[in-house]
Amino acid sequence: MTDGKKVRIATCSLAGCFGCHMSLLDIDERVFDLMQLVEFDRTPLTDIKHCGPCDVGIVEGGVCNAENVHVLKEFRKNCKVLVATGACAITGGLPALRNNIDLWDCFQEVYQYEGGLEGGQVPNDPELPLPFDQVRPIAEVVKVDYFLPGCPPPADAIWKFLSDLIAGREPRLDYEMLHFD
Amino acid sequence: MSDTLTIDGKEIPYRPGQTIMDAAMAAGVYIPHLCHNPEFKPHGSCKLCMVNVNGRNVASCTMPAASGMTVLNDTPELNGARRSLLQMLFAEGNHLCPVCERSGNCHLQALAYYLGMTNPHYVQFYPSREVDASHPDVLLDRNRCIMCELCVRASSEVDGKDVFGLSGRGIQTRLVVNAPTGLLGDSALAVSDKAVQVCPTGALLIKRQGYRVPVGRRMFDHKPISVVQTEGGHD
Ligand code: SF4
Ligand code: SF4
Repeated sequence: MTDGKKVRIATCSLAGCFGCHMSLLDIDERVFDLMQLVEFDRTPLTDIKHCGPCDVGIVEGGVCNAENVHVLKEFRKNCKVLVATGACAITGGLPALRNNIDLWDCFQEVYQYEGGLEGGQVPNDPELPLPFDQVRPIAEVVKVDYFLPGCPPPADAIWKFLSDLIAGREPRLDYEMLHFD
Repeated sequence: MSDTLTIDGKEIPYRPGQTIMDAAMAAGVYIPHLCHNPEFKPHGSCKLCMVNVNGRNVASCTMPAASGMTVLNDTPELNGARRSLLQMLFAEGNHLCPVCERSGNCHLQALAYYLGMTNPHYVQFYPSREVDASHPDVLLDRNRCIMCELCVRASSEVDGKDVFGLSGRGIQTRLVVNAPTGLLGDSALAVSDKAVQVCPTGALLIKRQGYRVPVGRRMFDHKPISVVQTEGGHD
């Protein structure tokens, strides 16, 4: 897709569990092949804090707070192709289980009623991102080019998807690679 | 004229009284469907089985087969419309497949796989719907109910109990339970009832069966629903 130059990829986890990133690492020794073809911009692996111009952006997790929106918009602005990766990015996923529960009730349950937390206070440091009352799929905030489902998507599906994309083919998943669980 | 019609160019016989769906099933031709189950009277509500007959779209589960019909079924247009119907069903419920015990055995999900649906497309409703865990052996999770009325039909036609019904209109429609309290635990439902077996989704689940068959080894994990349902056995 880049005429011989290495494909530059950025990844991030918003309201996700890093499971999709783990699944990416699960491609095992194929990671060596991948590294011949790609270089990483912002990812949890490189510790680069902001996303620069990239060919592909891989977003794990839905949008649950204000910081998620900023990161997501930065990805959309810089990435030619944006991929919603995993159930949470695509549907909100398990974090969206809280969508019908009042946010304050959630906080109280976690920080005040649940034992073992010192002080029993809801954290309110101004540096903490503002939480939203609902977790939403990323496609409700920015335009998404591709969806790669699964919780997480199997390593083989990620590999197939990325190799198609890098080779300039329309990504196509076989039946057994398309999973919502 | 002989009693035949064509589906995607293939000539298929039918007996008078059969629907297009009946004739297709008998001939091993798969037409996607969700609220239909050959054991019960057709309901015609999910519209997944929509086919094009002589230029008009009709529900194949309710349309009587007739001589000389030219039926289109497996076309990009119809499959695209079916995919949109599925996306609406996903967006208007709460379908968290990763934590649903039916995942891999679910007809709704299997159709999404079959039709290559990768995302819900529409803005998610995240509706607030009740879970009823009052029954000792059966769980009712309305978040996953697609209002197909298969349990309603099975309970009345086979079990003779009328445990289930639909109440409300449009997006407010909910599955209701025939009990003074409205709770499954106070109804006449037994775990062996046909109504429990026919649910195509994870809305009605038998308790204490969780993950006996691991994810990855379930009905639709390796075979598409089109193959499972034409190889024999509706499930
Ligand atoms: S009922 Fe089917 S589609 Fe809904 S959450 Fe369960 S497995 Fe997914
Ligand atoms: S509970 Fe199951 S069978 Fe009954 S209407 Fe809902 S989806 Fe259909």
